[in-house]
Amino acid sequence: MKKSLIGALAVSTMLSPVAAIAQTEVQFWHAFTGRLGELVKAQVEEFNAGQSDYVVVESHKGNYSETLNAGIAAFRAGEQPHILMVFEVGTATMMAAKGAIRPVYEVMAESGAAFDQDAYIGAVKGYYTSTDGDMLSLPFNSSTPVLWVNRDAMAAAGVDPDTDLSTWQNVGATLDALKAGGEECPLVTAWQSWIHLENFSAYHDVPFASKDNGFAGLDTELMLNGEAQVAHLTAMGQWAKDGKFIYTGRRNEGGANFRAGDCALFTESSAGYAGIKAEAKFDFDVRPLPYWEGVGNAPQNTIIGGASLWVMEGHEADEYKGAGEFLSFLSSSDVQAAWHQNTGYLPITAEAGDATRAAGFYEENPGTDVAVIQMTAKQPTANSKGLRLGSFDQIRGIIDEELEGIWSGDKSAQEAMDSAKERGDALLRRFETANR
Amino acid sequence: MEKRVTFRGWLLPLMLIAPQVVVSAVFFFYPAGQAIWQSLFIADPFGLSSQFVGFGNFEFLLSDKFYLASFATTAIFSILVTLCSMIPALFLAVMADRLIKGSGVYRTMLIWPYAVAPAIAGVLWLFMFNTRVGLVSWYLGNLGYDWNHVLNGGEAMGLVVVASAWGRISYNFLFFFAALQAVPRSVIEAAAIDGARFWRRFWTIVLPLLSPTTFFLLVVNVVYSFFETFGVIHTITSGGPQQSTTVLVYKVFSDGFVGQDLGSSSAQSVILLIIVGLLTVVQFKFVEKRVHY
Repeated sequence: MKKSLIGALAVSTMLSPVAAIAQTEVQFWHAFTGRLGELVKAQVEEFNAGQSDYVVVESHKGNYSETLNAGIAAFRAGEQPHILMVFEVGTATMMAAKGAIRPVYEVMAESGAAFDQDAYIGAVKGYYTSTDGDMLSLPFNSSTPVLWVNRDAMAAAGVDPDTDLSTWQNVGATLDALKAGGEECPLVTAWQSWIHLENFSAYHDVPFASKDNGFAGLDTELMLNGEAQVAHLTAMGQWAKDGKFIYTGRRNEGGANFRAGDCALFTESSAGYAGIKAEAKFDFDVRPLPYWEGVGNAPQNTIIGGASLWVMEGHEADEYKGAGEFLSFLSSSDVQAAWHQNTGYLPITAEAGDATRAAGFYEENPGTDVAVIQMTAKQPTANSKGLRLGSFDQIRGIIDEELEGIWSGDKSAQEAMDSAKERGDALLRRFETANR
Repeated sequence: MEKRVTFRGWLLPLMLIAPQVVVSAVFFFYPAGQAIWQSLFIADPFGLSSQFVGFGNFEFLLSDKFYLASFATTAIFSILVTLCSMIPALFLAVMADRLIKGSGVYRTMLIWPYAVAPAIAGVLWLFMFNTRVGLVSWYLGNLGYDWNHVLNGGEAMGLVVVASAWGRISYNFLFFFAALQAVPRSVIEAAAIDGARFWRRFWTIVLPLLSPTTFFLLVVNVVYSFFETFGVIHTITSGGPQQSTTVLVYKVFSDGFVGQDLGSSSAQSVILLIIVGLLTVVQFKFVEKRVHY
């Protein structure tokens, strides 16, 4: 640590002998490893090289949950970083922690860095803004679920690979045809709660929870046992029973099956692009997430998953200025466009999306704009702005358990979702008590 | 008349026990006290605000039927882990004890699995039984058995039990083997001369003489299965499918470290502490009576 610091100092003095005197350090904790980790490191290096007042120091703190834990533990010990990456599920936890966080719009206003809230894509921004429309954290990596199609598997089962799969009605008929054609794994999914309940509700413009999905208050209750959700899960449960939908686990285990060519259809995040493109030895398509024709206002817009950057309290004014500069750099059009093209995550500003289109990226990589279109085609409603529920990591765990009850045939969709509501509401009441 | 060594004064004995007292105080009494204190509050994760709820956390837990169901899951899990780690260990120890050549090699190899960390053991077993690429599940598939621990609760329980017990077999083996070596040869020879066969000698002489070790291992293994198995469960099933492998300690871990609900997590630790305390008392009161030292 000391050695590298001296080394860094030596290098920076050699490069710019005047400016290296009083650089302000900004700590940035994130959850990325591998290719994504390298890309984050490159962004930080570019920022550090581009100006001489601030040094951003990035450190990897484990997966999403571990990074949030590290940030919380550090805050309790008075050693919190300036910028902490928090996954979307932890948003309500962070928002409720007044006194631990400094809202991004405030940081930006004080730092004087360029910041225009309207430049950010509504459906991305909505997840992280207060009810007054102020941006509380900076969206960093955002993705949304789409349908991945193995064209070769479709053809092998005697199904036209160009079949219209925009509605679940059509998907249902296609699953029958795939099964009849000898396909053993017609449909597989990742992140079942995120895709088949949270996004499902937004996409059909039906509430997932009361109080505008929790945006309007802590006294929110789950509404995931509504008619539309239960009907969808009933259909999925029947498909599971018939061997047309194969359940592989609570996270993205199904990705391995799909990338190996074992499955025909796969509902997964748009950020699965890099992995699928690298590994798949078959022709694949990206299609919009299917919806039930005639249910709710489908297709509304889908919501995001991913993480945002939170600025934490308890630091010096000039450090906040540095943090503001860095966040402004991250949301600049060039940085965002490169990030979007390299990772498959959504661009967080409309400008970055336009730049990508203008560069011809979408023509060269067909399907990479499906997620962008799906998220931005309509103005988000109260049901499709996002979710803001406390203890949501645990509630997702409960939903996973109940969904497993449906897939194994132990419970009907209605029973499972009623139970999920009852158990989830108990946790929401605890969260309300803790943050009263 | 037994001999007694007595210390003069208080200073030396106090100094001699001081290190142990300090270690216990720092690593047990202080955290246990904290857990009891925190179990009376519902607090936000950042420690910014907390509400005193008295026994509210306990009421919340004990009225949750899923938490109560987890007691039964824990009982089944602990009994299975204890049996599956002790019986094979005893069998292997008896076999290794009979070896004349090469017992050192067997001994060393049998101790190896103990060096594998629980989370890694979990990943190893998960890999073998992976529903898509697992070697064992592939063979089972060929035999016509469709292995799917992702949806089948019984299979998931079996898998976490085996993964948890596997490393412990080594530990138990070590103790059984040492105890077997301590059984006086003269007693066994006398029985052999009287015409007792191997299994007869084992049941009537060796096993009773092993009872102090068996009792010790019983206590230690129950404590292990209660407290140290969450790494295996976290890597293999995360408590699922549904709640079929959610044992008490896994819920403490996931509520505290995933859910950031310190109040509930602390209350669960307190309940767990009481259960294990009671269990140990029961073991010493009733089981120990059958132990011959």
